[in-house]
Amino acid sequence: MNDISVLVGGKAGDGINSAGAMVAQLLNHLGYRIYLYFDYPSLIRGGHNFAIIRGRETAPGTCGLRVDFVLALDQETVGKHKDAWKADTALIFNKDLVKSTGQGISIKEILAAEHAPDIMGNSAIIGGFAKAAGIAWKTVEAVFSSHIPKGTDQNLRVAKRAYDMVETVHPLVPCDNPPVPLLTGNEAIGLGMVNGGLEAYISYPMTPSSGLLHFLAEEQEKLGITVVHPENEIAVILMALGFASAGTKAAVGTSGGGFCLMTEGLSLAGMAELPVVILMSQRTGPSTGLPTYSGQSDLLFVQHAGQGEFPRFIVAPGTAEEALYWSEVAMHIAWEFQVPAFILSDKTLSENTYSADLSRVPKTRPAEYPLWDKTVPYRRYADTPSGISPLAFTGTGGAVVKVNSYAHDENGITTEDAGIVAKMTEKRLRKAEGLLQAMNRYPQVNISGNPAGMVALLCWGSTAGVCQEVAGPLGLRVVRPVVLSPFPAEPLRKALEGAGMVIAVEENATAQLAALTGQHGILCQKKILRYDGRPFTPDLLRDRIREVLS
Amino acid sequence: MTGRQLIADTENTWCPGCGNFSIQHTLKNVLADIEKEGQSLDNVVLVSGIGCHAKIADYLNINSFYSLHGRTIPVATGLKLANPDLTVICCSGDGDCYAEGLDHLLFAAKRNIDITVLVHNNRVYGLTTGQYTPTSPRGFKGKSTPLGTREDPFNPLELMLASGATYVARGYSKKMDLLRNLIREGIGHKGFAFIDILQICATFFPVADYYSSHVYDLAGHDRTDFPAACVKAREWDYNSDAPIALGTFYQKVSPVFEAKPAARKLSVAERGQAIRDLLEKKT
Repeated sequence: MNDISVLVGGKAGDGINSAGAMVAQLLNHLGYRIYLYFDYPSLIRGGHNFAIIRGRETAPGTCGLRVDFVLALDQETVGKHKDAWKADTALIFNKDLVKSTGQGISIKEILAAEHAPDIMGNSAIIGGFAKAAGIAWKTVEAVFSSHIPKGTDQNLRVAKRAYDMVETVHPLVPCDNPPVPLLTGNEAIGLGMVNGGLEAYISYPMTPSSGLLHFLAEEQEKLGITVVHPENEIAVILMALGFASAGTKAAVGTSGGGFCLMTEGLSLAGMAELPVVILMSQRTGPSTGLPTYSGQSDLLFVQHAGQGEFPRFIVAPGTAEEALYWSEVAMHIAWEFQVPAFILSDKTLSENTYSADLSRVPKTRPAEYPLWDKTVPYRRYADTPSGISPLAFTGTGGAVVKVNSYAHDENGITTEDAGIVAKMTEKRLRKAEGLLQAMNRYPQVNISGNPAGMVALLCWGSTAGVCQEVAGPLGLRVVRPVVLSPFPAEPLRKALEGAGMVIAVEENATAQLAALTGQHGILCQKKILRYDGRPFTPDLLRDRIREVLS
Repeated sequence: MTGRQLIADTENTWCPGCGNFSIQHTLKNVLADIEKEGQSLDNVVLVSGIGCHAKIADYLNINSFYSLHGRTIPVATGLKLANPDLTVICCSGDGDCYAEGLDHLLFAAKRNIDITVLVHNNRVYGLTTGQYTPTSPRGFKGKSTPLGTREDPFNPLELMLASGATYVARGYSKKMDLLRNLIREGIGHKGFAFIDILQICATFFPVADYYSSHVYDLAGHDRTDFPAACVKAREWDYNSDAPIALGTFYQKVSPVFEAKPAARKLSVAERGQAIRDLLEKKT
């Protein structure tokens, strides 16, 4: 199978992410399915950034350890990643700054010859790569034209000079796929939310969730949504609840630290039965932790955050395609059940780029929820068999809408009456039963690898790709709950039927999913954990599995 | 819905003599006036925090959002951005708005969101039974400060003038006619309206005699004169012995914060096309 990897490295500020994106688009237009991993420290200039772009005939979902091409804009790219080289790895480097074997080009001279600004230097390295990979010039022209709308011709001239200087080393074989959109997880989440009816997005910047804020802010006019960046995350979620009470579908996004500030608002959403969708994109914790690296250590936090007991929906998509689908579902669930709905992501999913083949994204059914039938007086918290009260919004003619954070009666008036408090608690919790039932309509648990494998890897979220890749050749089963609340205990039990050994694979130090399944009597015999901020690679995971099985 | 009974049947649990009664009745009268002028109260929403003041949400028969301690303003901002036709009134407390939620107050003034904030400033925490607040005088002996506070109070009017509030006023719960005018003006003001209301706490800070002997009407003050507003706001610092001006200190016309670009709701088809266009760009 065609499977190639390209490493692009340089200093922060060199535009490594955009260079990586261009490489990814070139491969996309050769029919490759893409996974782009972007690694950067928490600083603005200097420091070493790198991206690994992997292209394969079928969607890769993870990076390999070895690369076929290295594109070096700084010396560290050559020095730091030697363990990723193969015997025939092709190096293209900027010989003004880098000493290396391979093919050097002088970006300075090329830019001078074309009177081009420094910012176009990356076009030279991409041109060099295209030639080294034997990519036809017309493909380069097509990709530059659609992805560098400003100064396309000059960028192309810069690229062509490098293209003409470099020898083809590894000619790539095109794959039989049409090009598809390349999306970061955050972009896929945003488009899924919009598909689900999003009208307002409120967020305070925090890596790795900020990409969604930037994307929706940039596209707000086209998408017809309101985007607000308020003073802090407390205001973020309270504003979203204000929007919701006026009938506007709102979502928020943050990472662990910001979510800490949101928890009082989350509990309010639970008590006041206000729909809100929350992107919680995890990074390495605790506290400030590693801002630009990944982790899966907030599952139990999100599961339990907020005082008191109230139903919530939590979904952890594993790819951009899943993010598109489940973010739309999350919007529907929030409004159907008047509950908070979480999209639990991490740096890996949020910031990496994936091929999103829309033909693989299932259609969702539109949200259905009861609206007030104009019977007076309106009772915001009318007790019903499902626990779901018909909705009227603040400003609806004829309705007095009373939203309340206190224990309240059906009208929304504060009460301390023991009987009413118990009855309304039961009303809210009945929604959890309905939610659990409704989940049977959705693919809550994903099974891949060898479905009959006696050894099962149990994972969640962004480790989907790496587990699937490693499991295949080893004959292992991969079981991945995508919905994490309400917990799909029965489907999960069924998915694990016949597995003699369950190995939890998680990017945290305490195996949080294993703890959660344990509460439902589903036990993991072994655990493979990584907690240094870096995602599992197939090689590392394979070694750890062999250790565990020996 | 017209001609509604504005005072709800709910049992009222404020202490006898509480200044909240007069604020509630003043607000009721303002609402009745608004309705008489032809505006439907269906488009009015009251957002309250947590504290004695906040019970007003249960006691007035209008749309309400009984929010969290300190969090009236972000909820009110969300409501107003979602539906600009709403008249959004925040009833907030001094502990609520000047301590727990001070950041939201400053930012609401900074961005000039078109809401009206009434601070029931009794200068003490009542519902938690008597602790000092950001506006209690220095030396205040409360349950958390039995030896007396060792810090000066905030002057909320100065804070608001510094933060860019475009309507700044002070009322007093025992001057209901003036308060009624201020609230009417505040609601009518296009932008962020702030009214600090000196309110009697009959149980924990009963200073009605002091207020009544020190307050005077700001008649003749030029409300468009910012330096003059600052001087008037500093006359009494919520601490020392000084005359206490009541009325409108400052008002200014300024662009209001709206959901901009005014988000036009797209049809499902338009939205689908917008998404397809975006995906095309990413291919």
